[in-house]
Amino acid sequence: MTPPSPAPTTASAPALNPVAWGWTMLGDVLDGPFRALQGHIGANRMAYVFLVPNLLVFGLFSFWPMILNFYIAFTGGQSVLLAERPFVGLSNFRELLDCPSYLDPRTCPVAGFSFWTGLWNTLFFAVVQVPIMIVVALVTAVVLNRDIRARGFWRAVFFYPVMLSPVVIAVIWDWILKRRGILNALLDDGTTAWNSLVGGPGYFGVLVAFGLLIGWPLGSLLARRVRTLPPWLLRLGCAVLAAAGLALLAGRSGLTLADYRPINWLIDTRSGWPMFWVIFVYTWGHLGFYMLILLAGLQAIPKDLYEAAEMDGTSKSRAFWRITLPLLMPTMIVVLVLSLIRAFQVFDEVYVLTGGGPGQATKMIIQHVYESAFIGDAKRYGIAAASSVLVAGLLLILTLGQLAATRKKAGG
Amino acid sequence: MITTTDVTGFLGARRGRSGLHWTDWLSYTYLAIGVMLVLLPIFWMFMSSIKSPRALVENDPRLLPYEQVTTPAPDGQRQLNVFELTRPDGSKADVAFVGPRGANARVYELGKPGDIFEAPRTALSRKDVISPRWENYTDPTIGSTQSRTFNFLRYFWNSTFVTVVATLMTLVVNAMAAFALSKYKFRGRDAIVLVIVATLLIPPTVILVPLFMTVSSLGMLNSLWGVIIPAVATPTGVFLLRQYMLTIPDELLEAARMDGASEWKIFWRIMLPLSMPALSVLAILSVMWRWNDFMWPLIVLTQSEVFTLQLGLSTFKGELNDNMHYLLAMTVLTLMPVTLVFVFLQKHITTGIANTGLK
Repeated sequence: MTPPSPAPTTASAPALNPVAWGWTMLGDVLDGPFRALQGHIGANRMAYVFLVPNLLVFGLFSFWPMILNFYIAFTGGQSVLLAERPFVGLSNFRELLDCPSYLDPRTCPVAGFSFWTGLWNTLFFAVVQVPIMIVVALVTAVVLNRDIRARGFWRAVFFYPVMLSPVVIAVIWDWILKRRGILNALLDDGTTAWNSLVGGPGYFGVLVAFGLLIGWPLGSLLARRVRTLPPWLLRLGCAVLAAAGLALLAGRSGLTLADYRPINWLIDTRSGWPMFWVIFVYTWGHLGFYMLILLAGLQAIPKDLYEAAEMDGTSKSRAFWRITLPLLMPTMIVVLVLSLIRAFQVFDEVYVLTGGGPGQATKMIIQHVYESAFIGDAKRYGIAAASSVLVAGLLLILTLGQLAATRKKAGG
Repeated sequence: MITTTDVTGFLGARRGRSGLHWTDWLSYTYLAIGVMLVLLPIFWMFMSSIKSPRALVENDPRLLPYEQVTTPAPDGQRQLNVFELTRPDGSKADVAFVGPRGANARVYELGKPGDIFEAPRTALSRKDVISPRWENYTDPTIGSTQSRTFNFLRYFWNSTFVTVVATLMTLVVNAMAAFALSKYKFRGRDAIVLVIVATLLIPPTVILVPLFMTVSSLGMLNSLWGVIIPAVATPTGVFLLRQYMLTIPDELLEAARMDGASEWKIFWRIMLPLSMPALSVLAILSVMWRWNDFMWPLIVLTQSEVFTLQLGLSTFKGELNDNMHYLLAMTVLTLMPVTLVFVFLQKHITTGIANTGLK
């Protein structure tokens, strides 16, 4: 947070701004009862008065449910009234955990099947999604931290999906990914266009373009080492060589693709595509947030460290591994913990995008909790609460483990 | 040879050089691809949302909202599609398609409905015009559609009500608590702070069932208040505001007390205005949370009259695939408010979130 900034508008010109005037009036009207109360209990006890609304809501809707959850986990029946819920002991937990093999949820009771399917899916999701997102967010942050033009614009665009609601994100991507959607159309057109290109005169042009794309930077690199030839000649030479190599490698029509058959990205049961897109879409929606935090972490690293390193003749790569990464570690840990905890609680996007399908392929643990309690005729609140207890335990272990790791790293 | 030095050199900060280094090109390429990945899906959805229902059913992959020209049939009963006919001699004419006959099509030239002739289908090509269908936006909004399941105006109002009321309540309730926890000394203060901060670690998703039962026993199911109130006292808000209020000097409050201001007046007239930067961050966060909230409304609200936009959209998405044009238009309208907020307060939002690390 920045320290208090100059003159807030409300205080400066109350008479001119109707909103500020109304605000002030509201305060004055409320001042009557509060002043009377203060007369009764004294100025210092007003602190309790200020706390009451918050603590009331907080206690009733956060603290109390947390305790209640443990109790509900040991009760059965379908009633929402606590008094009507019979105490069933460990039976809910038994139904969740009584499996011959946790690796194969089909060996579990009905509730256990749903729980373990969700848990394994969530674990897979988190283990794949979190590292990918952190790496992409870090690369983006590092690129944005360079000396580039219009940084504010790039940063804003990368951040923008964070503002969108999960439902909107799911509708957008569902529209793109449906069987006759734009992605399949583009891939189909691309395949057709490529195949008509292969063997034709345009093929040569594409190879030359690719050659340039690969050869030009290679030539630039080479120009740093080789001083005897002019750089443009090196670049051109590399490009021509790369194009020729590509042509030899591909042959005249060796790269013809098979006819494209549209894929049901979100429904296809025989492939991993639904899970892939769930991970992709979730990352698409949340990347900007972590990018922003990492960027703030990067900008907090003092610039003179790099200047000192440069004076000592330290290479850029060494500076990155020895200065940037270690100093970014605290931010990285925050990002890791936050993204892991969030990934474990993924629900909205996936639920609207695939509904947990096809079959159970993308059903996450929170969806299991939600469906046990609120979907279908049998409202199994006890099972849902017991699952919540297990999930909360898992999250707690995760958080504490991360904190311990940070402590150790900082201490050692 | 590409060495690791060169690859990671790209990662280092580059300062004070003129001209574009090859790593700059790489950076800009990366950023351009990223920006396209972010914006193109949204842009595509917007372009789709102004297409005709027919173009959507046909999955027309063209970007612009093309629509086939139609002309009223001579009997006035139906609309005939218009094609462009290329005659064997190469001349072209606009024809109306009456019906198929074998591999040929029965058509007549526009303006001569009596003269129906046969033409090979291969000689016909669709005659399209660009016509954006803004009705997609206005129809369901003014309720002139038959679709009873989607009352956009009602949902929009519900969402707005939840967002505005919840944000105001969040600001006042948390600011009051933060004021008490930062500017007074009393027994149990540190314990309360600790408990509130500790609940930051407890994810709200794992208390769904007991929260549902509490809300239900208070009779707030299917009421917008059941969505608004439970999340009003957010630990994030208290934490954020308290950290900020701690930096406001106590002397200001003492001076006001000397002048005979009541504690409430000190809070309302001094603390709140001075905490504006932190309050605005919390306000933006709250608007974002509430407008986009999905899971909790999904549990509390089951009757469609009290649906928020997000619930309406997700229900609509599941049920009415033949009304894709409305769904897409409504999606655009749903993302509009947050987009506008973002466009105008972009700098505020990104710096605010980067500084607090909260979403």
